[in-house]
Amino acid sequence: MSSFALCLAVSAALFTLGVVGVMVKRNAIVVFMCIELMLNGANLAFVTFSRQHGTLDGQIFVFFVMAIAAAEVAIGLAIIVTVFKNRASINVDDVTMLRR
Amino acid sequence: MVETYIQLGVALAKALFIILLVLTAVPILVLAERRVSAWMQDRQGPNRVGPGGALQPIADGIKFLTKEVLIPAHVDRKLYLAAPVLLLVPSLMTGAIIPWSKPIPADSFVGGLLRADKWAPDGIPFQVANINVGILYFFAMASLAVYGIILAGWASNNKYTLLGGLRASAQVISYELSFGLAILSVLLIVGTLRVDAIVEAQSSGMWLVFAQPVTWFIFTVAALAETNRAPFDMAECEQELVGGYHTEYSGMTFATFFLAEYGNMTMSAALNVCLFWGGYTLFGVEAILPWFVTFGVFIAKVAVFLFAFIWIRWTFPRFRYDQLMRLGWKVLLPLSLGNVVLTALALAAHEMWGAPLWPALIVGQLVLVGGIALVSVIRAKSGATGNAASHARA
Amino acid sequence: METLLYLVFGLAALVGGVLVIVNRNPVYSALSLVLTMFAVSALYVLQQAYFVAAVQLVVYAGAIVVLFLFVIMLLNLGESDNLPAASGARRFVGALLGVTFAGIIGALVWEYASTAGVAAGAATDAGHTKHLARLLFKNYLLPFEIVSLVLLAALVGVIVLIRTRGSGLDASEADHV
Repeated sequence: MSSFALCLAVSAALFTLGVVGVMVKRNAIVVFMCIELMLNGANLAFVTFSRQHGTLDGQIFVFFVMAIAAAEVAIGLAIIVTVFKNRASINVDDVTMLRR
Repeated sequence: MVETYIQLGVALAKALFIILLVLTAVPILVLAERRVSAWMQDRQGPNRVGPGGALQPIADGIKFLTKEVLIPAHVDRKLYLAAPVLLLVPSLMTGAIIPWSKPIPADSFVGGLLRADKWAPDGIPFQVANINVGILYFFAMASLAVYGIILAGWASNNKYTLLGGLRASAQVISYELSFGLAILSVLLIVGTLRVDAIVEAQSSGMWLVFAQPVTWFIFTVAALAETNRAPFDMAECEQELVGGYHTEYSGMTFATFFLAEYGNMTMSAALNVCLFWGGYTLFGVEAILPWFVTFGVFIAKVAVFLFAFIWIRWTFPRFRYDQLMRLGWKVLLPLSLGNVVLTALALAAHEMWGAPLWPALIVGQLVLVGGIALVSVIRAKSGATGNAASHARA
Repeated sequence: METLLYLVFGLAALVGGVLVIVNRNPVYSALSLVLTMFAVSALYVLQQAYFVAAVQLVVYAGAIVVLFLFVIMLLNLGESDNLPAASGARRFVGALLGVTFAGIIGALVWEYASTAGVAAGAATDAGHTKHLARLLFKNYLLPFEIVSLVLLAALVGVIVLIRTRGSGLDASEADHV
């Protein structure tokens, strides 16, 4: 198996693990971590394909993905903290109604 | 075929060399700290054990090794035991990209012994790995050191250590920004991230500190804060928060924290020397000096810096935590951003209008210093109300 | 030799990913995520994307996961989850999605696995950062500026979100993103 195919397989597996994690876990922070797993899988695919094509465009996209992921994590965690202050729970199943 | 094994052996030897360097430097540093601080405080330091206290580090080492390692019952064992290691390993790994001496020529005695003419015709480099994003690797390892601090504070299951750990790690990640921006200014001038290229660029005698003193200052302050070294050591001093994030550690685990801190200090000093003070070069003389003499030159420069670190520790009072954060975000970050902008402007002036490089850079730095002076004069003139309000809220 | 390294780090990334999902303690999940990030960074190095590898370690492993740990520790969420298990329907959908994704992407990977690996013009390490910078500031300047605006918006948004009503700033998280 070439290294190219191996990296793509790892990227696919990371993405799949992230999806499963988002569906199955109920701790909001762990759900976030699984989203980061998905983003990492996508980044790995970007870099792998960019190497295969011989250009650097894929790596530029990895930068953008990282920057946006950082922004998203910051805001998402702030939201989680606010929700926790109001509901004292980070179980995503508890936050189903817009009012108590 | 044999060359591959020789290369592997040489790489392993270099890695071992760094570990041994830190392991020998740390006891010497501990003794030096105590003797130098004693000298500054007009008293004798430890001078009972051996001539002038020279065997004190050995006594300390024996004490640490034989002291009972108390693992409290309420801690998270896995994280508790992993935290010192997670702090020590990145600090050792940062030493991989630092060129400790000039490359060993292939025709020297050692080079001939290792058949260097076949696999390293330009000389065996003294770095463990000459990564082409050299300084960024240092930066990456420094940011991994945060985990040891956080986990040590968390795993001890103790309010005070948790706060100490969180404060220390917040401090580290805040000063990382200015650290990176100072490195960026250096990168702009030299044009490469490779540490050995930066050192070689200063071999003409024009050390970067002469052209970029403000950058050097920002880098040093940020490095002091990154290594949790006074006057930024609020998170681990004895008077605050009991003992910070290493309260619950004893014996060899505690010694590992110390090893990590002094190792970090050594590597920061080494990087400082490489980036700003010419590394192993000595105004061009190093071309005729053998490699072990340039190694001595490098170690001498690093020793001067370590002395300066100890000196600073015992001179300045500690920063309060909010003062520390304010310094990192409101003072050092705008300063380093302005520094990058002015350096880039100076370089643009050099490339577009043919201004000479070093004077342009110095003018940029003078403009920055002038700007700071102006801002502080304006703030002082606009009354003490500004300062009083910020202090009242603290 | 290189294939061995690819296998080792690929496996480490997957083990980290599985541990993120399986662990009940959020702190251990975060540390498993760090393992995954580290392994992915090593894979980047193996593919000669050195700058991206270093940035991955600095940004992802050194800042984002630290932010996760800060929130977990400040909100004291570090005990093992004793929440009731996810409902059967959710698990079923999760498994279904997992299998679907794995199937689709696996089929694509299988199709690609036959093509040759690296194109001849792969960027060598000489001046790698320089090429990246040139690309970033010439072809992708607009996205770059927009991303900086996004980061500014995120910064302002976080500060607004964590301000308590009435009193001044009550920020306890260090957000430096």
